[in-house]
Amino acid sequence: MSGAARPAAADPAWVRRLVIAAALALAVVIFLMPLAAVFNEALRRGIEPALAAIVEEDAQAAIWLSLLVAAIAVPVNTIGGIAAAWAVAKFDFVGKRLLITLIELPFSVSPVISGLVYVLLFGAQGFFGTWLRDHDIQIIFALPGLVLATIFVTFPFVARTLIPLMQEQGRDEEEAAATLGAGGWQIFRRVTLPNVKWALLSGVLLCNARAMGEFGAVSVVSGHIRGQTNTMPLHVEILYNEYMFVGAFAVASLLALLGVVTLIAKALLEVLAGRRMGEAA
Amino acid sequence: MSASATSRASSGPLGLRWRRQALPGFGLSLGLALTWLSLIVLIPLAALAIKPWEIGLAGLLDVLSEPRVLAAFRLSFGGAFLAALVSVPLGLLLAWTITRYRFPGRRLLDALVDLPFALPTAVAGLALTALFAPNGWLGEPLARWFGWQVAFKPAGVVVALVFVALPFIVRAVEPVLRDLSLDAEEAAATLGATRLQTIRRVVLPALLPAVITGFGLGFARAVGEYGSVIFIAGNLPMVSEIAPLIIVVKLEQFEYAAASGIGLAMLLLSFAILFGLNLWQRALRRGRE
Repeated sequence: MSGAARPAAADPAWVRRLVIAAALALAVVIFLMPLAAVFNEALRRGIEPALAAIVEEDAQAAIWLSLLVAAIAVPVNTIGGIAAAWAVAKFDFVGKRLLITLIELPFSVSPVISGLVYVLLFGAQGFFGTWLRDHDIQIIFALPGLVLATIFVTFPFVARTLIPLMQEQGRDEEEAAATLGAGGWQIFRRVTLPNVKWALLSGVLLCNARAMGEFGAVSVVSGHIRGQTNTMPLHVEILYNEYMFVGAFAVASLLALLGVVTLIAKALLEVLAGRRMGEAA
Repeated sequence: MSASATSRASSGPLGLRWRRQALPGFGLSLGLALTWLSLIVLIPLAALAIKPWEIGLAGLLDVLSEPRVLAAFRLSFGGAFLAALVSVPLGLLLAWTITRYRFPGRRLLDALVDLPFALPTAVAGLALTALFAPNGWLGEPLARWFGWQVAFKPAGVVVALVFVALPFIVRAVEPVLRDLSLDAEEAAATLGATRLQTIRRVVLPALLPAVITGFGLGFARAVGEYGSVIFIAGNLPMVSEIAPLIIVVKLEQFEYAAASGIGLAMLLLSFAILFGLNLWQRALRRGRE
């Protein structure tokens, strides 16, 4: 791909420099400046008010709630994603294309609608609302609703990273192991998992970042009860709407750090895997 | 051949479907996947398809033809379309730079493109608002030099949606650009085409199907986007109010059927657009063969 080796398909040096400069300028404006603005706003009055906004009680509750929601949602989607990828990549069956399309469906659904559907099912006037009230179970405006909405929104991440990779790798190695007498679980752990571990980790990381940062879907099912059903992004919104800008941007900085760490980890995983994977989308 | 296929097929309880399944775990993995899919996605979406009809077709049409709802649809779909359109040249620029040139910082640029995927939407919304606010790093010079106000205007919605849609274009085009053989470009050059002609007549047509894919993904995501938009939009009814926000407003007024009706209409409309893009792409592929 080097320009010198293929002169006829190479661009003149000045064009190259101009294009690179334009791309870098664009990246600075559209990616780096927003990121920098978050930290700048958080530290506007120095580091102490920012730290105070993070260690404050409601903020701590929001951080723990976000961690808890992700700790439930991510494993569920990881197991579901692995199962779906195993079925799709290792077997032939009718309706495979449809299954893949349906798995990717949540990415085309507005986060607000992702929350709304659970309100329709489990809300006070929802399809199961009366039954749930009679049995004293609360889903909407409580932890289960937050978890369900988060699972919906982060549903495709792991499956999407695994399916193309496992399809590409085929089933020869697994079939060889089966011929040699390995059981299903053994094949998965010893043959399949080592082949896809970096892609799996990358999918899990993106799933986690989205789970902890989800806003629209959880906003619909949360009820915004401070200290109880406010996740980090919802806490940010409340502070912002109360004109507590330093606090809002301080908590937002934590979330931005999570995003940056996720990006760095993903880039490292790509180097480790020695190939591109997880074209997240 | 058909005889052996039949004998193998009949060995399984489900006939044909069980042919050539040398590996274990088919029932378990597919069962798990279908349960997961049904409980989380299919049943809840079925609720969305049923609920709106509680107010009847007439009631539904009344809701969808409210001026405020129509204005929101126009902004969400028009804004998403515009944002995806703006993202095409910007995305091509980034993808071309990342795949074709070697320069210091290339890996960093490549990683940065994924930022909108990894940054929580509410944070992105807050960040863009701070940036484009009248006293922000970009808002202030834009207002002073051009008299433009971006934040709290429909323009702000489009800016936020470009942020959201851009990575989809880059990531869709990149693999195609990387695999595109340089032979065709060299051949064009040998035949006397200028570099610009080569790019316009050889490279861009080869990229078009991938651009359509990225456009569709970015558009679909932008139509439903909420977190990145509501902070910068200003949310003025009839002017800068997006369709997902109308759903939230209806929910807060306990108008569940109306909220679902708007949600269902949004979904159906964006699926129809995606389907149209898909057809276009297929026609292109057929034309090239």
